[in-house]
Amino acid sequence: MRREVPLTIVFICGAFMAFQYFVPHYASATVYEYALNWTTIISIFTLAVGIGSLVNLHSDRIARRKPTWRYSIVTLAALAFMTILGVSSPDALSNPTGLFMKVYFYILSPVQATMFALLAFFIASAAYRAFRAKTLLATLLLLSAVIVMLGRVWVGDMLTGWLPEGLRFSYVANYILDFPNTAAKQAIYIGVGLGVAGTTLKIILGIERTWLGGGK
Amino acid sequence: MYGGFWQKVADLDRRWIYLVIGLATFIPVLTYIRVPVSITSEVSAVYDKLDSLPRGTVVMVPMEFGPSTMAELQPMATAVLRHCFSRDLKVISTALQIEGVILVEQVLRETAMEYSKNYGVDYVFLGYKPSPDMVILNMGENFRNSFPRDYYGIELDSLSMMNGISNYSNTACIVNINATSGVDYWINYANGRYGADLALGVTAVIATDYYAFLHSGQIFGLMGGLKGAAEYERLIGRPRDIANRAMTSVSVAHVFIILFIIIGNAAFFANRRKDRS
Repeated sequence: MRREVPLTIVFICGAFMAFQYFVPHYASATVYEYALNWTTIISIFTLAVGIGSLVNLHSDRIARRKPTWRYSIVTLAALAFMTILGVSSPDALSNPTGLFMKVYFYILSPVQATMFALLAFFIASAAYRAFRAKTLLATLLLLSAVIVMLGRVWVGDMLTGWLPEGLRFSYVANYILDFPNTAAKQAIYIGVGLGVAGTTLKIILGIERTWLGGGK
Repeated sequence: MYGGFWQKVADLDRRWIYLVIGLATFIPVLTYIRVPVSITSEVSAVYDKLDSLPRGTVVMVPMEFGPSTMAELQPMATAVLRHCFSRDLKVISTALQIEGVILVEQVLRETAMEYSKNYGVDYVFLGYKPSPDMVILNMGENFRNSFPRDYYGIELDSLSMMNGISNYSNTACIVNINATSGVDYWINYANGRYGADLALGVTAVIATDYYAFLHSGQIFGLMGGLKGAAEYERLIGRPRDIANRAMTSVSVAHVFIILFIIIGNAAFFANRRKDRS
């Protein structure tokens, strides 16, 4: 029963959602709207599971004095602090002078922006050390990257402005994005789409059961 | 001696690279030198669509970006909203990424204030709900399914702008400004399932993924990163705004990264030749 019940639920839900897509009857539309609401509600519970998992993981690190356990204290303290702050003040999200908003704008926001901005430095360093024209394919990739990078900014046209339009970096960059890039992406998306459809069908029909867990 | 030089170049301390990139990004910001920005057809398609809509038309501008991507997408959001409000279009917005809700609310409120627009009459902010895929599907049936109340807790039915507005079919188009993989939900569900006219504004790093959808006609326009924002600012006649100013830094940083690639390759081939000989 531990396997049959979930498999039956998945089959009924999956088959219904496929069926209702093609049958826009009032009854199927109503059940569909209910199903969407249920899914949203269920996903809210995943938040609780996520918080539970986070607390467990970091509590364990602190208890066992694992490396970087001090950072776990900061994580848990921040989680508790922001939760208390948000719950205790009903206008936390609408009061721009409140402590919640101040923490968001003056701590979280700069921290996240800084972390993302560091990418530019890492990319430059990685490009210097790893972006090598070792093979024909690597050379093609490198040339494409250089042309698109230059073609997207004014430097590209400054360097190639004297050439016929079809040879300018901006034109070639757009050509690369429009044709080779699109062709490759569409091939990937079609492959992924077929794979998703196949896997979905296998799950609905109970052929693919790894999601049930419980070993091999 | 020759080989030693190239070996030193190949082993260059990364902190020098960081310093050069830092200066290349920072100095142009101080100088306020403006660089030309060419307008691409995929960005002007978004502008043309919004510009062709009659005054009073309802459009949807859902925004999903957080502090990490605000440098690219906030200028874009501001430019699109300025265009909408200057044309007297009515805007419905959501923020389906939790970290960005406050930012989105701020950019929407401040831009609306610039044009003396009133909440509930000229624009509505629905806010955040978890599970963006389900929320997008639900809004295709009725906005009230996911958002019976807006971000401020006001019932949707009590907002005059929402009279007669039930789902995507009552909006002229959707311009989704998004830094997350949730873009795919808007394409698959809002456009694929409900046939909404969709355009995207995404970060530069994921923009190449969406040219395929542009050419298949699933989206009618695409704005990529700061360049897309700068193009839009020029289209609405604001070439001195933040994205255009920042394009100088982007241009100079691009040049230096390419120079690093060239120098790195030169060192690699020189050292390889030395090893073989």
